[in-house]
Amino acid sequence: METTYCDRCGEPADGDGHDGCQAARELEPPRFCTHCRRRMKVQVVPTGWTATCVEHGTLTDR
Amino acid sequence: MSTSSVSVLDRARTRVLAEGQGLEEADILEVLRLPDSDIPAALQLAHEVRMRWCGPEVEVEGIVSLKTGGCPEDCHFCSQSGLFSSPVRSVWLDIPSLVKAAQQTAATGASEFCIVAAVRGPDAKLMQQMRDGVKAIKEAVDINVAASLGMLSQEQVDDLVDMGVHRYNHNLETCRSYFPNVVTTHSWEERWGTLKMVRDSGMEVCCGGIIGLGETLEQRAEFAAQLAELQPDEVPLNFLNPRPGTPLGDQPLMDPKDALRAIAAFRLALPRTILRYAGGRELTLGDLGTREGLLGGINAVIVGNYLTTLGRPATSDLELLAELKMPVKALSATL
Ligand code: SF4
Ligand SMILES: [Zn+2]
Ligand SMILES: [Zn+2]
Repeated sequence: METTYCDRCGEPADGDGHDGCQAARELEPPRFCTHCRRRMKVQVVPTGWTATCVEHGTLTDR
Repeated sequence: MSTSSVSVLDRARTRVLAEGQGLEEADILEVLRLPDSDIPAALQLAHEVRMRWCGPEVEVEGIVSLKTGGCPEDCHFCSQSGLFSSPVRSVWLDIPSLVKAAQQTAATGASEFCIVAAVRGPDAKLMQQMRDGVKAIKEAVDINVAASLGMLSQEQVDDLVDMGVHRYNHNLETCRSYFPNVVTTHSWEERWGTLKMVRDSGMEVCCGGIIGLGETLEQRAEFAAQLAELQPDEVPLNFLNPRPGTPLGDQPLMDPKDALRAIAAFRLALPRTILRYAGGRELTLGDLGTREGLLGGINAVIVGNYLTTLGRPATSDLELLAELKMPVKALSATL
């Protein structure tokens, strides 16, 4: 599947201005599905996180 | 010699270090205004105060969000308010995952596990989840359970005591005079009311806030003095991490030197409290900041991730504590 959207801000990934998003992502879980731009259900726990898109499944930090 | 020629740090050495009394508001403000060249001396004194009145142990805690997002309140820094266009979605953690998070927290050596919910105050569903969750944790793992569920009724306070919740977190967030700039859906006094009930119940009181919300130095000093009046068992100190979509999303990060002044000032205001490094330290102070804080008055950390953002790996903090020869406070010492 092709990556289309920034997982932090949800804007199209080929646009400018995602350097800050990339840097911020070191201390944040993803929020948007890169395939469909849906806001994901994100659960952070002390030792990890999971992020789920209803359409495209679950990502984890591992 | 006139009093003005005696520096605030000299006064603090007598009043705080020798006598164990916190600085008063005017002197807290002076610490917040110290020139850069005096910051190391202020942190050194704050460290001596912490060692004298609290000891070398560091209390380690993990926190987890039982109910994330969708909060009806409008705290302008918060990505979990349902009133802003934040990307954080509403989600509940199930009880098996809650227990697992407690086990993983205990495995780091932490003695505290705080369960947090993004709510104005608990409803019946949340109280039931707490009852089931705390029971399941206590059956599975040895760790102190704390909670942070917003404003409480007396009945809810009693229920939490009954469940065995030993400490309750409810942050005043900022000083009384600045609070209406940050929150409009409830008042500082309502928060204070919950804190009084918690105090009277015998649960330990955990109450802190966020520095760098746009408050003046005078207001920062006011906040420290108001916390000192409350005398919480624990004060978590957060530094604003501006969250996208929130009214404070474009607020600049705090100057790291101001953050260090604040750490020293809060310790000198609160010599005996557990002063915890909470959110925003990685972003505001970088990796070195954890060391500077722990040698500048901080004696507790949140390890691992926060509620909606990530932290340093727990191992980095624990290795640092070992290097600094600061023992992790054991569970038995807190029971
Ligand atoms: S009450 Fe708590 S969760 Fe709700 S908006 Fe305020 S800080 Fe966020
Ligand atoms: Zn982006
Ligand atoms: Zn998707």
